[in-house]
Amino acid sequence: MDKTQLLIALALALFALGLAGVIVRRNLLVMLMCMELMLNGVNLSLVTFAQQAGAAAGAVLVFLIFVVATAEIAIAIPIVLLLVRRRHTLDADAYADLKG
Amino acid sequence: MLETLLANLDTILLVVFGVSALVGGVLVTVLRQPMRVAMALISTMVFLGGIYGLLGVHFIAAFQVLIYVGAVMVFMVYVIMLLDTRDPAQSRRFSSLVVPGAIASALLLGALVYGVVTSLPPAAESARPVGAFGVTEFAIAFLGEYWLHFELTSVLLLAAVVAAVAVIKASRGEHG
Repeated sequence: MDKTQLLIALALALFALGLAGVIVRRNLLVMLMCMELMLNGVNLSLVTFAQQAGAAAGAVLVFLIFVVATAEIAIAIPIVLLLVRRRHTLDADAYADLKG
Repeated sequence: MLETLLANLDTILLVVFGVSALVGGVLVTVLRQPMRVAMALISTMVFLGGIYGLLGVHFIAAFQVLIYVGAVMVFMVYVIMLLDTRDPAQSRRFSSLVVPGAIASALLLGALVYGVVTSLPPAAESARPVGAFGVTEFAIAFLGEYWLHFELTSVLLLAAVVAAVAVIKASRGEHG
């Protein structure tokens, strides 16, 4: 197993772990952090492939993902605070109104 | 002994950082307290920054630490400290979807690893010397070819700030 395969496997593992966390965890903030973990996995795969191909476009995309992650957190945290103020809990199951 | 160790130092460090990042990722998924989850995520991000540094993209390593750890995770830690720790959601870790979620993620991981790793070129081909790009090539591509995307991200950030202010206003209007 060479270096590229190792890094890509690590990136995929981080992505799958983050996805598992989003599905499985109950705490809203922990779910947000698991989404960050997924973004980190994608970043690692982008950097690995950009480095392998010698192309700077992958690194540019990593920077754009940084910005998107920052914007996501900047808007997700106020929404979580608003939800907590309304129901006084971080439990995702407390917000299952749309399930009917 | 020492010479072989020094000659393979890059690979050894890469494996060590990779394993540490993976352990941090597992801890993010299973730890109970949100603050500990945040610390595990920060360690994962720092180890990923180390991997980026070993790969030769030092500016991405620097921005990984600056933006992710320095801005995003500090913000997250502040919010965790602000919120009540006696919340019952913090003592019950997993939702009722724990078994199907874990199985689905394991299946997804297996399918992804099988699909991607088998479609990668064999080691002999991918081990060819690549023209590693530095800050110069990155800056030329960033501000020459992708300047429109860069400008669009500023619009995205502005929209996020406006939306955050709107959310705060909405919550204020509701309670007083």
